Amino acid sequence: METLYTVLQSLSEWLLGVIAWLIDWTRLGFLSGIADWVETEPVVTFLTTLLVAAIYFITLFMFGLCFIWMERKFMGRFMDRRGTQVGVLGFFQNFADGIKTMLKEHIIPKAADKGLFEMASFAIIATSAMLLGCIPLSPQFYVINVDLALLLGIAIFSFAPFGILIGGWSSNNKFSLIGGMRAAAQLIALEIPILMVVVSVVVMTGSLSFIGIVGWQQDNIWLAFPLFIGLITFFVAAIGESERVPFDLPEAEAELVEGWQTEYGGFRWGLIMLSDYLRAYIMCALVTMLFLGGWDGPDFVWAEIWYLAKTFIVFFFFIWVRVAMVRIRTDQILTLGWRRLLPLSIVNLLIAIALKTAEVF
Amino acid sequence: MSEEMWINMGPQHPMTHGLWNLRVRVDGETMTAAEPIVGYLHRGWEKMVENRTYPQIIPLADRLCYGSSFTWSHLYCLAAERVFNIEVPERAQYIRTACIEMQRISSHLMWLAAVGTDLGSYTILLYGMRERELFLDLMVELCGARMTYNYVRIGGVRNDTPPDFERNVTRVLDTFEPRIRDLEALCDECETFRMRTIDIGKINAADAMNLGLTGPSMRASGIDLDLRRHDPYEIYDELDFDVCTHTDGDCYARYRVRMDEMRESVKIIRQCLEKMPKGPTRVKVPRCPPKGTAVARVEDPRGESLMYMVSDGTDKPYRLKVRSPNYVNLSASPAMLLGNKISDVPAIMGVLDMCIGETDR
Repeated sequence: METLYTVLQSLSEWLLGVIAWLIDWTRLGFLSGIADWVETEPVVTFLTTLLVAAIYFITLFMFGLCFIWMERKFMGRFMDRRGTQVGVLGFFQNFADGIKTMLKEHIIPKAADKGLFEMASFAIIATSAMLLGCIPLSPQFYVINVDLALLLGIAIFSFAPFGILIGGWSSNNKFSLIGGMRAAAQLIALEIPILMVVVSVVVMTGSLSFIGIVGWQQDNIWLAFPLFIGLITFFVAAIGESERVPFDLPEAEAELVEGWQTEYGGFRWGLIMLSDYLRAYIMCALVTMLFLGGWDGPDFVWAEIWYLAKTFIVFFFFIWVRVAMVRIRTDQILTLGWRRLLPLSIVNLLIAIALKTAEVF
Repeated sequence: MSEEMWINMGPQHPMTHGLWNLRVRVDGETMTAAEPIVGYLHRGWEKMVENRTYPQIIPLADRLCYGSSFTWSHLYCLAAERVFNIEVPERAQYIRTACIEMQRISSHLMWLAAVGTDLGSYTILLYGMRERELFLDLMVELCGARMTYNYVRIGGVRNDTPPDFERNVTRVLDTFEPRIRDLEALCDECETFRMRTIDIGKINAADAMNLGLTGPSMRASGIDLDLRRHDPYEIYDELDFDVCTHTDGDCYARYRVRMDEMRESVKIIRQCLEKMPKGPTRVKVPRCPPKGTAVARVEDPRGESLMYMVSDGTDKPYRLKVRSPNYVNLSASPAMLLGNKISDVPAIMGVLDMCIGETDR
């Protein structure tokens, strides 16, 4: 099967072949060693990996921008206004904003712990970008396909509270400290229901790789039907994990200015904002992947299109929730996480086990 | 965070709606002390007007509160008319009453919009502002200004209503009345909104009275006191309307009272248009009033506002004392804040409808 990797591998083999030929063509004897080295296996693998990463990152960066654009446009429509207006359907507003954040001065507060302050922003951005690599767009279009991709993704995802807490603390600002504390408490409270739901999916499908999970759903049934409770639980927890309204209290701008991000400015703030949307994308992708059959769909368009269409539809519901709700309080979020979502996720797990034991699927 | 810490919310803070400072002491997220500090916007208004002739003060009175400027210039004119001892033509009284109620609606709508952002919902903000435009357009039609009208005069109003004004007002009211339902659907029927407001910032009737709360905040505690009914001015004694009260005394009750008041205001405006007689809208006023004092108090959208005027027989007031409802309501805020979470600060202070222009004067 032709995957992104194999396509790019033949491309880089060809490219490196051309380079080797060019070097040979110069007839400079001392370069012939390099020409031979260029065509060896490790160099080809290295270039291929680099190309895969670059293409994947650019693709998903664009999806991140599409998410921001989509949210702005849909929120506008929900609120009886037009949303962004710059460029084609307002799409270029994101680029304008990106350029603006890039041009801004980078300010570190005097009282902040400089090393940690910088590190935290990179930790958050880097983990969000790493997560992108774990999630395939289709059986052909992926970066890594390890057997434990799901586990790896969840593990990287749960690294974020750490970065946020450090970011909030090292800013040396009361608002950002409270925001960081809230973020950590909230993300941990919601992580457990998410993991329980993921376990139920694993029980049903018997696989920890996304391709395996979606393959099972293609063969049997979309998990949204047998595990409906799990879908709802996961959806609510996913909104909380991506820190969006009604669970955006780590950055509750009314009382905490901008929460743990208060002291970040310029391009770092822009990247943190983008990583927020990337995390929202990842949560939507997980909902699609685990419950809505991933790239499963009629064959007349590419599998990637099906996958993206479903992801965007899930994100539409995220936006809908955002415009319809107000922010809730920390204690309420913890109550929701521990006393509503956790029991629901356990019920969901029991359903999955019962279905599996009864050999319905 | 085992130690308690003081947090300055303001004077530059998204929660404040103006220049003031709320110092809160928090133990974790629970507030253990609160201390509102005002004075950042003090302009010496009461001294300033002592150097202005009586008509010159009208536009200054407009600027006491950007949210409900009409009621303030009206209050000033009411006090001045009592000093001058003149009778206002009946048509002018009807126009004034209708305008006061339109101002009340647009002030309440702006309050609702601000509460929306405080609680994290931009939908409520934009819907509130959208309906407010309807009434601002009416005021533009009437007097040419959107916020500071400069329309009331000592002895009447500046100009008669434009042609078709009644028809336009009726149209706006017909549009607006069903839309109150939309706003309630956004707030009342949203579980998170109720979670954020019910049982938050509770204050009982005795405390409300002792702390000097007035207006919707007091009526929400179950005290039936509305100056439009209990000390009628203009033509309120000829109109049929209900005083809206609620018994719970929490943020939700204060919110409900204001929503109900908007309905009542619509009723009042309709009656004014129905009963409005023909005739002059303004009488001639002498340059200097006789020696004496006068007091006038009206039901502002935010509470009971009062002006006490001393005249020494010249063309300038000797003393003009303003009682701002918000100044007193603000001083009662610690009683509401204590024991609540820091996330409740925007809910409680937002529902109080802060306006620093009149608080600091």
